[in-house]
Amino acid sequence: MTVDPRDELTEHLGALRAFALSLTRNAATADDLVQDTLVKAWTNIESFKPGSNMRAWLFTILRNTFYSLRRKRKREVEDADGSLSLALASKPDHDGRLNMRDFMQAFNQLPDTQREALVLVGAGGFSYEEAAATCDVAVGTIKSRVGRARATLAEMLQLNDDEAMELTDSVTAGIVGKQPAA
Amino acid sequence: MSSEKRTPAKDRVADEIDRNLKKAFEGMAEEPLPDRFTDLLADLRAAEENRKKVSSNDS
Repeated sequence: MTVDPRDELTEHLGALRAFALSLTRNAATADDLVQDTLVKAWTNIESFKPGSNMRAWLFTILRNTFYSLRRKRKREVEDADGSLSLALASKPDHDGRLNMRDFMQAFNQLPDTQREALVLVGAGGFSYEEAAATCDVAVGTIKSRVGRARATLAEMLQLNDDEAMELTDSVTAGIVGKQPAA
Repeated sequence: MSSEKRTPAKDRVADEIDRNLKKAFEGMAEEPLPDRFTDLLADLRAAEENRKKVSSNDS
């Protein structure tokens, strides 16, 4: 009896849904997207290489499904329903200086390509190479999308370099301040 | 050597953004899942077992 990789699908449901939400910004659309992804994954399981990264494989299917749906329904430009912010409303950020709701509102305004690149690399733990393979673009393209996404967010949230100094705790700031001018 | 200008302040901004994004992503991934996904997987499994039964009866 060989191990069926399909048994592993359930382990990735949460991450798939989070990725779908960050792409669609809409809970109902996200759930439909996860459903389509699961059916495709199930019926095309032979194309999954055992031992390879199943999450990356599933994200690739989900992403391709998202863009082909989007091409079919061009009218759907902005259907953000605030699910991302809502999901986080109960989780205030006590320790950080950024308000999570402000952060997600800014994030939701990024272009699709930048959102997905930043989610994969910044939150999903994908290497630039894995993210590039998932999005079917060059590694340099992913790097520049991540860079632009961070720069845009920093600007929207007014996290400029000077202010970022205030982010550091006093100990770090003290060390930085004491560095000799060399 | 990256051509991108990396400064400690810029790295801190990037870290702050990633930290928030990770928290957001983990929050979403930990949300309770709707039953429709586990139901769907169970249906797919059942359909396949049915198919297997039918084909073994045929042979």
